[in-house]
Amino acid sequence: MNTYTLYLNSKRCIGCHGCVVHCKANKRLPVGPILCEISHESLKSVRGVPKTEFKFRSCYHCEDPFCVTICPTGAMKKRADGIVYVDVPKCIGCMACAGACPWGIPQHNPETNKAVKCDYCMDRLDAGLQPACVTKCTTHALKLVTMKEI
Amino acid sequence: MKKSVWSMCGMCTVRCPIRVEVEDNAVTWLEGNQHILKGALCAKGSAGPSLVSDRERPQQPLIRRGGRGAGRWEAVSWEFALDYVADKLKTIIDRHGPEAIMASSRGGPFQDIVKAFTHALGSPNYSNHDSACGRNVHHASLSLFGLGRKGFIYDIKNAKHLVLFGRNILASLRPAEVNQVMDMLDKGGRLTYVDVRQTLTGIKATNFFQVRPGTDYALALALIHEIIKAEGYDAEFVERYTTGFDELAYFVENYSAEWAAKECGIKAKDIHELVGQLIADRPKVIFHPGWMLSRYNDSFYASRALNCLNALMGNIEVEGGLVFAKGAGDCGGKGPRSLTELSPKPTAKRADGVGDVYKQFEKGPGLFHLFYKAMATAQPYPIKGIICVRHDPFSCFPDPQAQKEALDNCDLIVSIDTHYSEFGWYADVILPESTYLERDSMIALQKGMKPRLIMRNKAIEPQADTLCLCTIIKGLATRLGLEQYFPFNTLQELWAWQLEPTGFSPADFEKKGFVEYADKPVMYDRDKLDGKFKTPSGKIEIVSQNLTEWGFPSWKPYVSPDKPPKGQYRLVFGRSPLHAHSHTINNPLLNEMMPENTLWINTREAGKMGVAEGDFVDVISGDVTSVITAKLTDFIHPEAVYTVHGFGRQIPLQTRAYHAGMSDQKLMKGQLQNMDPVGGGLNLCETFVTVRKSSKNHQRKVEL
Repeated sequence: MNTYTLYLNSKRCIGCHGCVVHCKANKRLPVGPILCEISHESLKSVRGVPKTEFKFRSCYHCEDPFCVTICPTGAMKKRADGIVYVDVPKCIGCMACAGACPWGIPQHNPETNKAVKCDYCMDRLDAGLQPACVTKCTTHALKLVTMKEI
Repeated sequence: MKKSVWSMCGMCTVRCPIRVEVEDNAVTWLEGNQHILKGALCAKGSAGPSLVSDRERPQQPLIRRGGRGAGRWEAVSWEFALDYVADKLKTIIDRHGPEAIMASSRGGPFQDIVKAFTHALGSPNYSNHDSACGRNVHHASLSLFGLGRKGFIYDIKNAKHLVLFGRNILASLRPAEVNQVMDMLDKGGRLTYVDVRQTLTGIKATNFFQVRPGTDYALALALIHEIIKAEGYDAEFVERYTTGFDELAYFVENYSAEWAAKECGIKAKDIHELVGQLIADRPKVIFHPGWMLSRYNDSFYASRALNCLNALMGNIEVEGGLVFAKGAGDCGGKGPRSLTELSPKPTAKRADGVGDVYKQFEKGPGLFHLFYKAMATAQPYPIKGIICVRHDPFSCFPDPQAQKEALDNCDLIVSIDTHYSEFGWYADVILPESTYLERDSMIALQKGMKPRLIMRNKAIEPQADTLCLCTIIKGLATRLGLEQYFPFNTLQELWAWQLEPTGFSPADFEKKGFVEYADKPVMYDRDKLDGKFKTPSGKIEIVSQNLTEWGFPSWKPYVSPDKPPKGQYRLVFGRSPLHAHSHTINNPLLNEMMPENTLWINTREAGKMGVAEGDFVDVISGDVTSVITAKLTDFIHPEAVYTVHGFGRQIPLQTRAYHAGMSDQKLMKGQLQNMDPVGGGLNLCETFVTVRKSSKNHQRKVEL
């Protein structure tokens, strides 16, 4: 059972792509890998106003992640709280994970030659903080939601 | 060692308060100050550390050895560079007098030291970029309220209705302000957006008007007409605090909603609907008078009309309206000392003619583009030396080629900047300033409902052989025998000197990163605003005494903007939330997000040219041709093409930005002196360009 999910209040989102850069800066990623994305459909006129809504996507942290099963070195792991993450020292950069993922979520870091992906900034979560994208979201549109079983 | 430092972002001129975490002289985390921004920061803010580590910025002082702009630089020591600049300045002063030197810097809280240095030299010629930005808005506000454009704070979060004419507020991105807009919308507030195209701001709007380019003034006049006709204005406020209302009512008689609808290409019924909403939402309606409004040849009057609508709404000094920006004195406190107070005020007339030939313009920073006239003609006297501090005139003003020709009359061109600017590349000397994360800055007062003192602390030691601005200026001043005007050796000494009258100490900033003069918002008694408007009459002058005296009308009869000739389009520009104009284009992270700009073309117009989405198009103006990728959209007026400003850079050492995208200002041929005669702003959207499908689209190529 996953504990967390990221929720975007699209009414507050202004499409500034701050989250993408907050994420990259926090993980000190070079040009290349991008771990979360903001997208939108083309504009459509709604009562005379051309409108669209922004969508946020990062890793879905699947219940039964293919990337974990396929990883030949056991570097891709799923924590008890559901977070799917890369155990960096074990990763050999073969990127089998990216091929197995239906959405190509794991990215190759050309500087370290290892896989990198959204792990909800678990080091920050463990320190009682929020993920980088949530903490610094320009309009406070992104939230980390803790899910409860009903 | 780990530490946490209060500082101030420097990626754009908003200067958000930030908190920086540092370990072993490297930034490990930075975020918006929790006390003000609750952590929020934009993409540019997070890309700060990648500016610091970027080796494609000047790493040590550079002196030009080849021809201007040839890119042959000799790396020299700071001692050598400062001696060199000081010697050249001395020679100019000996030959032509100190007024032959001008300096320009970013506006805002840190201009003090540059202005003080200019005055200490004995030159009145301090300037900034504002004639390509907010001068029209500033002068419009002065003529109406007697207060400049920063004289009011917009209490957007408590407003019921925010009206924006081309002010793309969500993409221009002042995070605190953007959050106010989102809070207002969350509370059910209305947003009206007027522009020639749809933007990130417009998609959140309740009402959207896609107007014909250059017709903002028409719509503003029609709103005034309809509001007066419906008696929907705050009659009591108008009676008490304004002069010239009857003249205005007479002036707008013919500017009905039906007339404006035709002129702007919108529907009269939508204007009537908006007027109904405004009257219902009054007084909590804010008409944004524009930020960067150096656009059309009637932008000054458009801004004046928008500000006049504020007065008609009676929104002055009310919650959800325009609130007077309060200073230290309003809270019974004293402001910090400024260096400008120490330097003798120069007596010479300004070379740009501001305050003399041009009585209608406020002296302050004058009008930068007019100095080019002085350089070219040596009238009223020659300008021989120019120092630009974090200001890139070639990116900011039209027609860099014309600027270069004027600058060729100068004996010394100095650029003080954190990165290579287009101007710096043409300069004789580049003095590299440390980035905002590597430097301390002067303490500055931010006026507001709760005025505060803000501070930028150096987070890390400089990663290259760069210095902070204060040290550079002090170094030059000492070499010129002017050290008495700069009574400090370290920034800590400067802070202590600045803070002395305030009663605060640097230690008071440790808790939150800033100090406030008041616990809660300071509001004036709305029934006692007499004397608060610094106009000759002390009232809001709908008909301005000053403008009348200087021979200008307070209300200019509307003139319909020219339609572009066949095959041509009006070139309009704007900004993206991912770049701070030209100076972030080469930032590794921001460049990755947005490496080049595109040309927005109306889908139907593109169809006529046979241009498809993603095709290359040629954009031609005079002898300049640029090639750019086309982006097709239904939501831009067919007369206009649009691009994001700042691209098309030509500095070989900036490998990411080099020739990426198109530069709008290089296409503004012959527009360098096309100025609004009353507002002083340049008319930057008065260029027509030819657009055609580019021959570069050919697919055929030879491999071997």
